[in-house]
Amino acid sequence: MKNCEYQQIDLRALRTSTTRTSTNKNSQRVRRKWEVFPGKNRFYCDGRIMLARQCGVLPLTIVLIFITSGLFFRFDCPFLVHQLTVFIPVIGGVLFLFVVITLLQTSFTDPGILPRALPDEAADIEKQIDNSGSSTYRPPPRTKEILINNQVVKLKYCSTCKMFRPPRTSHCSLCDNCVERFDHHCPWVGNCVGKRNYRFFYAFIVSLSFLTSFIFGCVITHLTLRSQSVNGIIQAIKESPASVVEVVICFFSIWSILGLSGFHTYLVASNLTTNEDIKGSWSSKRGEESGNPYTYNNIFTNCCVVLCGPMQPSLIDRRGFLPPDDTPPIVTSDTELPHFMAKNDTNMCTQSTKELLESVAHSTMIQSTCTPGTPKTTPVSQESLLSTVSITVSPSSKSPSTGCSGRQARRPIDVPCSQRGSKQAALHTHKTMLRVSSPPYSLGHSPIILSDAPNMGFIPLN
Amino acid sequence: MALKILQDLRQAAVTSKVFVQRDYTSGTICKFQTKFPAELESRMDKQQFEETIQTLNNLYAEAEKLGGRSYLEGCLACLTAYTIFLCMETHYEKVLKKIAKYIQEQNEKIYAPLGLLLTDPIERGLRVVEITIFEDRSIGSR
Repeated sequence: MKNCEYQQIDLRALRTSTTRTSTNKNSQRVRRKWEVFPGKNRFYCDGRIMLARQCGVLPLTIVLIFITSGLFFRFDCPFLVHQLTVFIPVIGGVLFLFVVITLLQTSFTDPGILPRALPDEAADIEKQIDNSGSSTYRPPPRTKEILINNQVVKLKYCSTCKMFRPPRTSHCSLCDNCVERFDHHCPWVGNCVGKRNYRFFYAFIVSLSFLTSFIFGCVITHLTLRSQSVNGIIQAIKESPASVVEVVICFFSIWSILGLSGFHTYLVASNLTTNEDIKGSWSSKRGEESGNPYTYNNIFTNCCVVLCGPMQPSLIDRRGFLPPDDTPPIVTSDTELPHFMAKNDTNMCTQSTKELLESVAHSTMIQSTCTPGTPKTTPVSQESLLSTVSITVSPSSKSPSTGCSGRQARRPIDVPCSQRGSKQAALHTHKTMLRVSSPPYSLGHSPIILSDAPNMGFIPLN
Repeated sequence: MALKILQDLRQAAVTSKVFVQRDYTSGTICKFQTKFPAELESRMDKQQFEETIQTLNNLYAEAEKLGGRSYLEGCLACLTAYTIFLCMETHYEKVLKKIAKYIQEQNEKIYAPLGLLLTDPIERGLRVVEITIFEDRSIGSR
């Protein structure tokens, strides 16, 4: 079988210093997809839990909640149970649990990340854009207009993910992912808030407002009752200094959290996202024909849809296994394959084909082998950035490290949050990726868009 | 028989892929365009293709249907602080399994004999329905 293998296989065999054949797959550890995920995310528990790489002030959020609640249960509850009712710590406990669970779910859930387009797909889209005749001398910002409920909506092309973004999808520059129904990137929970975790986020802020108000009220009651019994507020404070800490924390957070809850309740009721509200996408001042095409024109329906709608599973399949990249290709048109090929290129060109065959093979329990034959109908040109035929990329194309330059070429525009009357929320920046212009075609993006993992070495094309 | 055809497919060289894009005219629900791609004109029947895509669209609509059942699921989940998702399979996931089965069936019965292969859209992030066109070389009886 080794004689049928191409030089690229030998190179990989040399580099990895293990001889692999299709029958010897067990020698290689099969990797999961999260290990090669291109976005800026962190994965724990073998892909079960994910976070943004910049987790922001999530530890601070957790610490504040735990400290405040801890002090409450330790110092205020005994007095209040004695004076009032035993239900106070019970209610506090339930609220506290609810807050912590929803916070963790908001932080650890996939917000609705769209996996990046595979090279074949990206090439197909590029071809369609080129053929449509809409591009003139300068490459325009690539947009596509569609009609949704008789409303014109512009779909923008994402040059990182190599696809036209679905409606309401936005690219988060902090996480470097396109997120469906993108709301905002929340530093307090350390994750984007999107379609899949918006309901957790809403439950979190609502329950947190209840918890904060509850603790605030209880602590004030505690201090009041105590000061009555010891004849003086100063004495009461001296006896229970922790309560002052709680009052301070709650007082400063209550404004912003209540404001945020109110704002998001408005958004839920009108089926808007923070992103759309800030950008004024559907504001009526643009003209009467502008209106939110996604609303059901009924507050109750909107609430039900946003909060209780069906829960789509994660599209990035982070615990799925990567197709093994060691199977030798069986190609007839081998003369077109170059001798040198980046390992990533091999992965890219074979991965998509193999995935198809694997998916069929798995169901029929056949061991599939890769057939990365040259797609003859796809035009291969040096201008075409993402030819599926990455295997026929000419040696003069740039090294895969320019794959990162695409990111630097973007200019993320930070949109400060316009939450009403909340100073804490002023820190709550909503980072959206507002694309100003797409990078020119001549930026020699290599097709290596999916592999950002450092362990994927490559041989530069020379 | 289907096994043999698929084995043959494996050894055929891939010629091209056709991507059926999403249709967003009804909003953000998952729906694919039923327009018959030009590359498949010589390969298969337009009616058959449209039927496949339409069935897929109907299945996705069923998954995303807003009704009593999904609201009940959502409310129950909210009351349990969403921990119920850890042990229960959602309605959406159940329908996705149905879809996977349907696609496999279609591949075995209709598309593989024509040298085509449908890829489940969930493997492409619900962006496209990918149809791989295989070179008609080794398909057939041996």
